[in-house]
Amino acid sequence: MSAKTVLSIDDSPSVRQMVRMTLSMAGYQVIEAGDGKEGFEKASTNQINAVVTDLNMPVMNGLEFIRTFRAHPSSKGVPIILLTTESDDELKRQAKEAGAIAWLVKPFKQEQLLAVIKKVAGA
Amino acid sequence: MMSTEQSDVFRQEARDLLDSLEQALLDLEQKPDDYDLVDTAFRALHTIKGSGAMFGFDQVASFAHAFEAAFDRVRKKQAAPSRDLIAVALVAKDYIHTLIETPEKADAAAGDEVLVALRQIVEAGAQAKPTAAPASSPSAALLPPLEMLAPAPAPAGQTFRVRFRLQPESLTMGANPLLMLDELRSLGSATVTALTDKVPLLGELKAEHCHLGWEVLLTTAQPREAIEDVFMFLRDDMELEIAPASETSAPIEEASPIQAAPSEPKAQPAPAETAPPPAPKAKTPAHDDKHAAQADKKKPAADNTSSLRVPAERLNELMDRVGELVIAQSRLNQIAGASSDPSLKLVAEDLARLASGLRDTTMGIRMVPIGSLFGRFRRLVHDLSRELGKGVEFETTGEETELDKTVVEKLADPLVHIIRNSIDHGLESGAERLAAGKAEGGTVRLSAIHSGAEVAIAIKDDGKGLDPVRIRAKAEEAGLIAPDEKLTDAQLYQLIFRPGFSTAREVTSISGRGVGMDVVKRTIDSLRGSIDIASKVGDGTTVTLRLPLTLAIIEGMLVRVGASRYSIPLSAVEECVELPASVDAASSGRNFLNIRGGLVPFLRLRELFGVKSAPEPYQKVVIVSAGEQRVGLVVDQIIGNNQTVIKSLSKLHAKLQTFSGATILGDGTVALILDVVHLVNFGQAYEQRLRSEIVGRAA
Repeated sequence: MSAKTVLSIDDSPSVRQMVRMTLSMAGYQVIEAGDGKEGFEKASTNQINAVVTDLNMPVMNGLEFIRTFRAHPSSKGVPIILLTTESDDELKRQAKEAGAIAWLVKPFKQEQLLAVIKKVAGA
Repeated sequence: MMSTEQSDVFRQEARDLLDSLEQALLDLEQKPDDYDLVDTAFRALHTIKGSGAMFGFDQVASFAHAFEAAFDRVRKKQAAPSRDLIAVALVAKDYIHTLIETPEKADAAAGDEVLVALRQIVEAGAQAKPTAAPASSPSAALLPPLEMLAPAPAPAGQTFRVRFRLQPESLTMGANPLLMLDELRSLGSATVTALTDKVPLLGELKAEHCHLGWEVLLTTAQPREAIEDVFMFLRDDMELEIAPASETSAPIEEASPIQAAPSEPKAQPAPAETAPPPAPKAKTPAHDDKHAAQADKKKPAADNTSSLRVPAERLNELMDRVGELVIAQSRLNQIAGASSDPSLKLVAEDLARLASGLRDTTMGIRMVPIGSLFGRFRRLVHDLSRELGKGVEFETTGEETELDKTVVEKLADPLVHIIRNSIDHGLESGAERLAAGKAEGGTVRLSAIHSGAEVAIAIKDDGKGLDPVRIRAKAEEAGLIAPDEKLTDAQLYQLIFRPGFSTAREVTSISGRGVGMDVVKRTIDSLRGSIDIASKVGDGTTVTLRLPLTLAIIEGMLVRVGASRYSIPLSAVEECVELPASVDAASSGRNFLNIRGGLVPFLRLRELFGVKSAPEPYQKVVIVSAGEQRVGLVVDQIIGNNQTVIKSLSKLHAKLQTFSGATILGDGTVALILDVVHLVNFGQAYEQRLRSEIVGRAA
């Protein structure tokens, strides 16, 4: 089975770096995007197995990204994992309605991220 | 990465949870039939266990798990929440606290002992409980061994029947039931059966939808939570049922509807001794678990939307900034006041309003209800009552009263001392109380109430009261007062706050070493508060602490005496009047003002502060009050209201009684803040002296 591809969308380069390092060490391929718009472009043009997205981003925020992506046929069967903060419960609910399937509360540890990706996307 | 931050978050959360656990346990002691309390305690443990494991507090997690396992028997009504059980559970709670806060001090052997004790009590309780079904043999009523109690891994494991069904659309969202089944298999040995009853006819079948459900018979050494974790992200949106499967369980009924509606009213779980193997529709403990977990999740969620944890130092910083803003604003006010530019005045007024609003909001952020503090004392009372063998009823009121967080934190120790004293020295033994015609158990009441800019906290007991004769004897013996010194009862009571004073005949381990009450007094003083004692022999004692709402900024009234300016806390100001020329002329001997028929003594601040310059022609009097008493302060000029950012005086000046602090005025000069309580006492003493002189002269 070929390596699974994960799209990491976050405006913080350090978070993206952490996601990339964690996942590539575990054998995933990682594509990165700095905002929701770029994320959607990459999500709709690449074959991806999962998306990890931040919520609060410039240009297009995470919620809009989820809605836009879910409206696109290529999103079918692709799990979206939300990076959220503790106080974001309302956002989390909205994101779930929009089509996110799992979430990770910031700050999180590398192994937590890996566990969630494995849970929703498989190894 | 970020591990300290994370573990801090966990510690804070655990502290709150341990508090609620303790509350629930103590409440349970009063109301052993209240199973909501059992649930609360169980949920707290459950969450501590869960997040403990997540943040690497493995010891905490495994201890909490064993604790939880024992407590689960109570929850399932297989054991009664007896007093002994609660006592041990409290010790266990303390042990978790130690594990979290100071793991290096935790003694694993002691922890194991606690668990063994807990287990014994629970199992004894289960045996003693006569509710075992007559049909089942006595040994069946015995509990299966508690797994995880011993550090050794759980034995063979347990078989669960897991049924789940995803929402039809969830596949397009990326949910993958195959991964879930894989994950379940990884937990132990699993037999998977697909439930095909909901698969529609071909014409109606949507290829993208998930029409199948699954039933998995899973034998695992893992706890139920491990199974729940498989579905952690989808649990709210799916049908999920996890129940212990019994060997005699009915064969899988393919067509039976799966019940998992979360809105289903909570039913009492059937006692396991009498319950038949759970039928698919039966309400099983597993459901309760789910409900509990959900309620658990929902509660903090609701809180989260409306509250946010912020490190205290950030708040302090904010408070400092606001303080500086307030100072800058009052400077602007002064400039605007001197200017004739109307637009500048307008802006200054706007800014003044905004700044005072900001100040109030900022102070509001720091306010916390005092209830959190009160809760801690219930444990203290509980322990003391056991230790001393005195029945003590502990009542609290006014838990919602809000106080500055700093004040609340500093109040904990003084209140502990006072409550200890009340129970140890104040309350008589049961026999003494009966002999005195009182109820055998004593009562200690803790109350908090807002009054003006103060909060009054009263600790009232119905014990024997303070004995003025003994206090007097003791004080004379200790050389605190001269044998012929005349003192009112109130003054006598204040003596117990003097260092080295203790009237306890014997030193007990709980209180009465003669240290403590003076520390109490010092702490309250440092908080700009005051302590009053009211007592009646045979009836009991009430200790009242009065504390300012906040320490940082107060609304002050700025006055001028000579060339210097002083600030008087506005909360203490009752009114301002002009000093009538006639009264002013009679310079000494009659320092009383007639305020609407009442005589109020007044102090000339000019004299008090040794101002040499000639007094202004029209002197003003600011009437201030502290408690019941009033005094007038004669000043040269009343300048007006002023936001007073309190700065403490240097150590060099710490002993000054007339001033409680200093503040920086808008123009950068310093104004001293008058200590109203001290001035009022001074004025009252002055009045009494004058009165006795007048009486003496008349005689």
